[in-house]
Amino acid sequence: MPEKVELSFSVNREPVQVSVLPSATLLDVLRNDLEMTGTKYGCGEGECGACSVLLDGKVVNSCLVPALECEGVEVLTIEGLGPQGRLHPIQKAFVEHGAIQCGFCTPGMIMAAYALLEENPSPTEEDVKRGLEGNLCRCTGYRKIIDAVLSLAGEGVSRE
Amino acid sequence: MSNPTLDSDVKKKAREAAKTLIGARVPKLDAPEKAAGLARYIEDIRLPRMLHGKILFAGRPHARIKAIDTSEARAVPGVRAVITAKDIDLVPFGFGSDNTALKKGVVTCVRDEIAAVAADTVEAAAEAVRRIRVTYEDLPVLSTIEQALAEGAPVINPAFKDNTPFRYDYTHGDLEKGILESDVIVEDTFLLQRQAHCCLGTSGIVASFDVEGRLTLLTQTQVPFSYKNDLSPIIGVPPERIRVIQPPIGGAFGSKLDIHPFEPICVFLAEKTGRPVRIVFTREEEFMATPTRQPMVIRLKSGARKDGTFTFRAARFLLDNGGRTSWGATTPWISMRTISSLYRVPHVSQHVEIVYTNNPYSCAFRGYGNPQATFAVESQIDHLAGELGIDPLELRLKNAHDPGDVTGQGMVFGTCGQKECLKISAERSGWAEKRSRKDKGKAKVVRGIGMASLFHVGGGAKIYRSDGCGTIIEVDDFAGVTVLTGSSEIGQGSETVIAQIVAEELGLPVRNIRVINNDTDITPWDVGVHASRTTFIAGNSALRAARRARQKILEAAADQLERKPGQLDLRNGEVVDRKTGESLAPLAKVVRRIHFGSGNDMVVTRAYYEPPSRVPDKEQKGDVSASYAFGTHVAEVEVDLETGVVKVLNLYVAHDVGKVINRLGIEGQVEGGVAQGLGYCLTEELKIHKGYVRNPSFTDYKIVSTTDLPEIDFSFVETDDPAGPYGAKGIGETPLIPVAAAVANAVYHATGVRITELPLSPERVLRFFKEAREEGGS
Repeated sequence: MPEKVELSFSVNREPVQVSVLPSATLLDVLRNDLEMTGTKYGCGEGECGACSVLLDGKVVNSCLVPALECEGVEVLTIEGLGPQGRLHPIQKAFVEHGAIQCGFCTPGMIMAAYALLEENPSPTEEDVKRGLEGNLCRCTGYRKIIDAVLSLAGEGVSRE
Repeated sequence: MSNPTLDSDVKKKAREAAKTLIGARVPKLDAPEKAAGLARYIEDIRLPRMLHGKILFAGRPHARIKAIDTSEARAVPGVRAVITAKDIDLVPFGFGSDNTALKKGVVTCVRDEIAAVAADTVEAAAEAVRRIRVTYEDLPVLSTIEQALAEGAPVINPAFKDNTPFRYDYTHGDLEKGILESDVIVEDTFLLQRQAHCCLGTSGIVASFDVEGRLTLLTQTQVPFSYKNDLSPIIGVPPERIRVIQPPIGGAFGSKLDIHPFEPICVFLAEKTGRPVRIVFTREEEFMATPTRQPMVIRLKSGARKDGTFTFRAARFLLDNGGRTSWGATTPWISMRTISSLYRVPHVSQHVEIVYTNNPYSCAFRGYGNPQATFAVESQIDHLAGELGIDPLELRLKNAHDPGDVTGQGMVFGTCGQKECLKISAERSGWAEKRSRKDKGKAKVVRGIGMASLFHVGGGAKIYRSDGCGTIIEVDDFAGVTVLTGSSEIGQGSETVIAQIVAEELGLPVRNIRVINNDTDITPWDVGVHASRTTFIAGNSALRAARRARQKILEAAADQLERKPGQLDLRNGEVVDRKTGESLAPLAKVVRRIHFGSGNDMVVTRAYYEPPSRVPDKEQKGDVSASYAFGTHVAEVEVDLETGVVKVLNLYVAHDVGKVINRLGIEGQVEGGVAQGLGYCLTEELKIHKGYVRNPSFTDYKIVSTTDLPEIDFSFVETDDPAGPYGAKGIGETPLIPVAAAVANAVYHATGVRITELPLSPERVLRFFKEAREEGGS
């Protein structure tokens, strides 16, 4: 077995230190080492978006990010979105709009939506569709997801 | 003169009395936990000392296993067990009893399970699987139905004399008579592809034994009770010693109705190691080693009189069974119902042959054989309409059912919104005007509009002797209610519907209701989540149990308050005067008095609901469901004649749902079903070449994404079925079923070319254009 490597970075505004295999991805570290299982494995190839997290403010597929490239970065996951065990307005909007069925794509979808609203606080429907294009959902048909995100357009909620 | 204060008070009370949760938009009860990322799916669950299982698949479609060498695999650090067929009892399972957990002798499809490893880490297990050496002798591969039916073809399953052991026939009326009565007869052949379920959460299971040999399974099954029964002989554990727990499930859509080999394999690994073992598939394994929707060839022939009255329908189905037989081989029984009864057709016959090949096999998938049959029937109706010179809407209306119809197959349509669905979707889509408009000349992109209808079981489906569901309700001292239901939740929202029903009956807010639905040690019996049955069957069961709880509370309250039960009602957490709405006592207090006072009792009620449907007879006839759901979709499309790209612009959908219970949930079922139907229609095809899966990834297997969506216009037709809870029928499968046919009919309207294969990929569309030009030119 190859030797493990020490790694320090921040997750949800808290410093973490882990020792990881060189082959590990950020998704592996989050799920296996840090037991933050809100971020999902859907395909391992960056095609479905279930593993979406924010890395230094940009949305990434954590299954494609080598853990070794994460030294010193800031990662935001679904667990860190809401304040102290409560739901963030985006999470609430997903609940209230019926945007969640099986819920497996939901954490990644919400992180992608958060990134979208960070970058463009007043997106049009077209902007939302394009912004979430990389996140697959098999249950909802997306309409209620799009509606949930649109309900926050112009509300300035992403930084809450 | 009326007292204004009193007046408004009376009005307020009247409003409260009329207030209902039925039809409200109620957010899904488990959504907050899922939104927070705190829902723990199987892949998120790690038990103490848990090992990781990994399976070696054959990787070749037809071969004899000569030798398996596991010595190198056993030497990999962290490996705790390696098993092959010789380490386990090989008990056959599946609809054809032709599958085993691990294979010995001959592998008959690429996904056949050969060996399995349990190790400390997923990586070690994967490494060990790579080091298992299997020597095979390759056998001729039968990768098409034609090859499997050819004279002298090797017989894939030696238990049978040929590759077509499963045949079904259905008939009503007199086909010869129907043919003679016809002025117009049309015939088409339809080719339907494999569709993969693509659940976002891949397949998985955790198996663990306690010290007394009791087995707990964390599993994704849709049929928890029959799962115990079916799994028991395979693994040699009595069903009463198996506990099935279903953590949140990342999508199912029918894929979890069968026992899959990875499930007993995981149990064997847990037994062998004495430790909990988890198996979770990678996405590639999910595409390669889980079954799909059935590929079918449907030869369909229909006739009509000049006035459009249907005379007969004759169908021949050929199914590619693959190398093993799952419950998928029974899907033609559902196809049969659409062939026989979607419209009034006096003379019908259907012949089905299911052909073994060396391809991967298929299983249940939302719609269960109905999307294929509906594609064929509804496409052919437009073909017939063209020949007759009758508008497709008029032709459908002429042959549609009315309430009270008994179909040739013996189904009784007590309520039937078929005609309303046709009319409403046509009206909302501007059918008459758009249908008469035709793009002319040299336009590169042309528009068209087309429709298709469907019917499906809407009140359960009695395929077993029971189609029942049990419910137990306990009302506690604080007006909190625990509902134990046998029904399973796979994302569709059944727990919310059940909570709404119970809350409605007890006059409580939905948040007071806790639904427990995922543990066979706690919950009462249910057949499973399939056949669009949960709202109807589990809803009826919950409604009955809730009414008993309500009655018990009212009787106790009447006793405590010295009134008659009929004078009281339950509203907003209080016992109130039925007429005036005056609050008399909090519901919680009434329950406490039952516990502490003279009652010496509890408010615990139960109900078992068995629908008044019948198991079909030997001819497959009978009223299999307690209610039937109907619907029509109208699609407006744009077709690029140069590139072959079909774009669906709008869908106008009308569904007879009996009654809307949760509007938010039912819209979600329709939107999600339509999206899967669009994928089936436009892009989705698991491609198999010579027995191998060619596109096992989301890169090469495209499902619908946010940018592929048409606008969807909904209409819910409420026919108030007296058999349903508050009048409701099932909705789960129906929205997927007619999409492909409606779109293909719109493409025909736009281009004059009838495409009889799915999906409508640009390559296929262009091929049909070319064939049409060549035919036209010859």
